[in-house]
Amino acid sequence: MPQTVFVEAINQALIEEMEHDENVYVMGEDIRRAVYGATADLFDRFGENRVLDTPLSENGFFGAAIGSSLVGMRPVVETLTSFMWVAMDQLISQAAKMRYMFGGQATLPVVFRATMFYGGGSAAHHSDRSYPMFMNMPGLKIIVPSNPADMKGLLKQAIRDNDPCIVFEDGTLFGSRGEVPENLEAIPFGQARTAREGSDVTIVAIAAAVGQAEQAADDLANEGVSVEVIDPRTLVPLDKQAILDSVEKTGRLVVVDPAHKVCSAASEIASIVAEEGFWSLQAPIQKVAADQVHVPYTPALESLMYPSVDKIKTAVRATLE
Amino acid sequence: MDISKETLMLMLRRMWIIRHFEVKVMEVHSAGEFTGAAHPYIGEEAVAVGACAALKPTDYIAGNHRSHGHPLAKGGDMKAAMAELYGRVDGYCKGKGGSMHLADFSIGILGESGIVASSVPVATGAALAAKLQNKDFVSLVFFGDGASNQGACHESMNLAAKWNLPVIFLCENNQYAVTTSYKDSVSVEHISDRAAAYDMPGVLVDGQDAIAMYEATAQAVERGRAGEGPTLIEGLTFRYEEHSLGLGRVRRGEYRTEDEIEDWRKRDPIVIHTQRLIEQGIATAEECEAISEEIKQQVEEATEFARNSKYPEPSELYDDMWADPIPMP
Repeated sequence: MPQTVFVEAINQALIEEMEHDENVYVMGEDIRRAVYGATADLFDRFGENRVLDTPLSENGFFGAAIGSSLVGMRPVVETLTSFMWVAMDQLISQAAKMRYMFGGQATLPVVFRATMFYGGGSAAHHSDRSYPMFMNMPGLKIIVPSNPADMKGLLKQAIRDNDPCIVFEDGTLFGSRGEVPENLEAIPFGQARTAREGSDVTIVAIAAAVGQAEQAADDLANEGVSVEVIDPRTLVPLDKQAILDSVEKTGRLVVVDPAHKVCSAASEIASIVAEEGFWSLQAPIQKVAADQVHVPYTPALESLMYPSVDKIKTAVRATLE
Repeated sequence: MDISKETLMLMLRRMWIIRHFEVKVMEVHSAGEFTGAAHPYIGEEAVAVGACAALKPTDYIAGNHRSHGHPLAKGGDMKAAMAELYGRVDGYCKGKGGSMHLADFSIGILGESGIVASSVPVATGAALAAKLQNKDFVSLVFFGDGASNQGACHESMNLAAKWNLPVIFLCENNQYAVTTSYKDSVSVEHISDRAAAYDMPGVLVDGQDAIAMYEATAQAVERGRAGEGPTLIEGLTFRYEEHSLGLGRVRRGEYRTEDEIEDWRKRDPIVIHTQRLIEQGIATAEECEAISEEIKQQVEEATEFARNSKYPEPSELYDDMWADPIPMP
């Protein structure tokens, strides 16, 4: 099977969905010249009415995307997580709330592709992993792909979905490679993927943490520990049954989340298992998430705050004590 | 500008709809028939009515928290509006939006927003869709003098001007953002002056004059349909009542004088329009009075309809979240 780079998977999904539906258009900052790579060739292929370079004006153009989606368009907005803060009113007051508040009259097929560039010395203003905050707000579907195939299939689904979707693209994976089947179809939301089967401990990992969890599982196998790795792939909706089933089998849970630890996706998953899977547990749940500090610039400190293979292994061992 | 007799009479009718509707809302709100904030549009009727009379049913509007006047001006249904205020299933939003969030997508009302200026980018986006789909509808957004200071307004104006979008930015300058005069918060003499910064026409209009509002809007609509881009219109107007029902602590004497209120009341938009209809021989005083009485009766019926409409069932708490539903967490 062909190996595809993560960022190429995004590009393939955009091209296929723009060919599939003429109402799909993309907008964002510097996307015609594809400064982040994902929108390469789109301008040449689809022209100025379907590939819109915007002013640096996120609250304005996020809102314009939302408004256009109300009247028949299917916008895909490219942004970085850190730029979403200046557009929060449109994301929350409009995208998330509009359908419910208007009694179901509004349909908003709008996608925000939010790249999370962290771990690369960009410091606090450019390193956000903000999906837990958006999980807390009803009305947004939250997608967290961990590999090129899921990236492509889930983005295709997001573009076809009729609700507002935020696809959190893990920037640390942009150059990673993986198998992407030819003619890959859209991947339905709410279906976790079992990245690795095991019987002693369940690790639920999010985005780039899935790869770390698999590495930890390889290492722990040498110690005779059999680890199952579950990748939820979407956080809203969340495939909680897959997580509960795995914990029922293993009796132990470690949740790994690159976002800040407090009220994280890991917190929510841990709470679901504590509420609904308590009698399966043979040890306390372990959370491995980013420390509750801002992202420091210096590499001497930044690498300390995120989940790592070593931290994951320590947490797994703690469940076996 | 030639305005048909039909349109002129429709404007009178719609101004009376808003006036009688709002008077009734104040009455039943103070009687405790429903709760929450409600922002009366009394005194400002000519702005929305004049503007909406220049639109087609296929054009879009969006608005703000002072939300009753806009949909009623575009031909919205009094019964559905009143039932929404009562939180009933027959309301525009099945009781989920309430006073500040009326919407009727079937006639191009993309919804009112409780967050000041929040619907300005949304309306700009509807106009973007017109351009991308090569359709000839326009989009009009109502916002206040307070909202004119929000970044969302400025970002939208820049975007719309640069992209030549068929959007009409309609600032209802009712003089006060809650209690703060625009003179104390706006850096220019007129909000319409700000259009120059975005290289679009800025038009200052007497917002008590429905015909003036109609004419200014009709020109802006024509520009929009011709692909000539956006227009900023500032309608100078005045709210007779306080910012919001239930805001009892604010006494009007504290931030505006009785003289000021009286001066504006002398230029009542319905009186001005009625006198003009009579002077021009379009209608008699009796005919105008009969319209008012007829609508008063309709408002009573709408209120009865709302009172008799059911509250939503508990299970409806979970409806309308998603177009493509997912399980509740």
